[in-house]
Amino acid sequence: MTRTPLRPLARILKARAQGENPDVIERENLRLRHEQMRDVSRNRAEVRLLILGFSFFVAFSAIGIRMGALSASEAAEPRSLASGAEILAQRADITDRNGRVLATNMLTHALYAHPKDMVDPARVATELAAIFPELKADDLTRRFTDGRSFIWLRKVLSPEQMQQVHDIGDPGLLFGPREMRLYPNGTLAAHILGGSSFGAEGVHSAEVIGTAGVERAMDARLRDPALVATPLELSIDLTVQAAVEEILDAGITMMNAKGGAAIIMDVKTGEILSLASLPAFDPNNRPNPVLPKDAEPGDSPLFNRAVQGVYELGSTFKIFAAAQAMELGLVGPDTMVDANAPMQWGKHRIKEFQGKNYGPLLSVTDVMVKSSNVGTAKMALQIGGLRQQAFLKSLGFFEATPVELTEAPGARPLLPARWPEIVTITTSYGHGMSASPLHLATAYATIANGGITVKPTLIKQTGPRPGTRVMREDVADASVSMLRQVVTRGTASMAEVPGYEVAGKTGTADKPKRTGGYYKDKVINTFASVFPASDPRYVVLVTLDEPVETSGTEPRRTAGWTSVPVAAEITRRIAPLLGIRPMVEAPPADRLTAVRN
Amino acid sequence: MRPVIYVLSFIAVLGLGFWAYREHYDTRQALREVSALNSEIAGLREALALQRAEWAYLNRPDRLRELASLNFERLGLMPLEPTQFGDAANLSYPAVEEFFGDINNSVMVNGQLNGEEEPL
Repeated sequence: MTRTPLRPLARILKARAQGENPDVIERENLRLRHEQMRDVSRNRAEVRLLILGFSFFVAFSAIGIRMGALSASEAAEPRSLASGAEILAQRADITDRNGRVLATNMLTHALYAHPKDMVDPARVATELAAIFPELKADDLTRRFTDGRSFIWLRKVLSPEQMQQVHDIGDPGLLFGPREMRLYPNGTLAAHILGGSSFGAEGVHSAEVIGTAGVERAMDARLRDPALVATPLELSIDLTVQAAVEEILDAGITMMNAKGGAAIIMDVKTGEILSLASLPAFDPNNRPNPVLPKDAEPGDSPLFNRAVQGVYELGSTFKIFAAAQAMELGLVGPDTMVDANAPMQWGKHRIKEFQGKNYGPLLSVTDVMVKSSNVGTAKMALQIGGLRQQAFLKSLGFFEATPVELTEAPGARPLLPARWPEIVTITTSYGHGMSASPLHLATAYATIANGGITVKPTLIKQTGPRPGTRVMREDVADASVSMLRQVVTRGTASMAEVPGYEVAGKTGTADKPKRTGGYYKDKVINTFASVFPASDPRYVVLVTLDEPVETSGTEPRRTAGWTSVPVAAEITRRIAPLLGIRPMVEAPPADRLTAVRN
Repeated sequence: MRPVIYVLSFIAVLGLGFWAYREHYDTRQALREVSALNSEIAGLREALALQRAEWAYLNRPDRLRELASLNFERLGLMPLEPTQFGDAANLSYPAVEEFFGDINNSVMVNGQLNGEEEPL
């Protein structure tokens, strides 16, 4: 570009000659030059803006097109990722504390039909009815021909059934893959596992959801995609559970009971090693029993007696009164208390078992050993209702148990609406308020744990969890020692297992009638025990529903004759399984092997 | 000079295009292999899960108990008893001399080598 000078000599001279101001020419030229510069830079800026706008347009269009493509196309696994094949199961396995499988998944198929694609619906219906007895040929023919285009036939098929259906060879019969929940141990630990069923069902897959027990309570954990490859480890020991269920079943038969429950709990961690409730059911094929109107909830096999069964637990409660009286410094183990029976309180008469009188005075230990209602009642009156409630509350008797079962939150203890002194008296020996066997086991575990509360759990723990201290350690030790004497010289003499120092308390409670009052010949027998007494490790609790022992001349319905022998057998069987050595002299070494050869 | 650069860059573009074409097909082949392997792994995992389930089913306590009682005469299996705990002190140890033979210093060895191996 040729640059015009600001003061062209020719024009300047001409202007001077005409007497004009030459500066005007310079200003005019400067203005023109600035205008020119402004036009150039505006053009340049416009071009830049255009390019910038175009690039933005291209970039955003690219993103938009990609997003559109992603949303419109079907999702594909990132194939180049080698770890893509890891997650197949949609629900994590459940294992016991040693890794033995309690629940796993199995790939199977569901059967559905497209009747409009069927070649010969009548033949298909006949052949299907031959394979599956629950399907009726007439019914199927009607459903195949009424114009529907889609029918579910079976939720799951065995491989043999699938092959048989294949052999029918009709294009209208189709299979959809299904992941099925399998409980390989059958009825074992049925109440813990609960069961599962299909949720939302599609042709390509179906959702497996827990319907009860741990399966439902831990549903979110089991379905968490991040944790699906890690099995959920329960605190249950399968071998112990099997032994407990076997012995409990035999005990129920021998004691002519309607049912029973047993709990084994680790007193340090609150882990439940076994939780059995009989009669049981098969979680692979969870029944849906229809009960008659007047049936108790416990009549259903689905009812978990150990957790849902809220019963009056009888004399097993007495140890709490004794422990609290010692904790408050009201009595010591050898303090003599008034146990003169019968005791009159207002219009109520408190009697001992079979109208006996253990009084006039008994030591606190002997109150436990002889299971004296009057002695316990006197201690409870010294403690007072408010302090008694606070103590039972600290042991967890006023809340539902926090165990990981769907049934647990619903099983709240039944508490009297008001707490007059007569309730203080009856509660001290386990009448008037009802709690589940699991509540009782937890409270006994707290005593056995040196007075520090434990939280019952079904999930394997790595160590003890922090609890609050509800009684002094010496009080807890004295309580365990009293429980030990109940076994050595009291109502639970049959609980003795040589070498394992069983300490426990029996409890017999009359069953309440629906209409009010109590049955004369229907009882709930409970035996709550800890072992070994010198260093308590486990709580063993056995409850039998309506047992009666008939080996004697007249039927016996006390816990000492029914629950106690069952609990003793359970302890004898599980203690070696739990690796606890009996505290006895080892048998002398075999002379033959001791000699050198 | 300039035509030479043009020709060279054209050849380079051709070469790169050919290379990219090859790489593309190699990648697709590799992806196909990966997906085949993945589906094989998936199948194996499924089989493994099924076998675990079957193992658990065959080892269920009920069945083992029945088998133990069926074969009681041959095996004599009984539930574990508290009396079965032993003490290490009750075991007879093998005599020390038998184990060490005639060894009496730290470099001596005991026993014989079989075959044709030459002791080093």
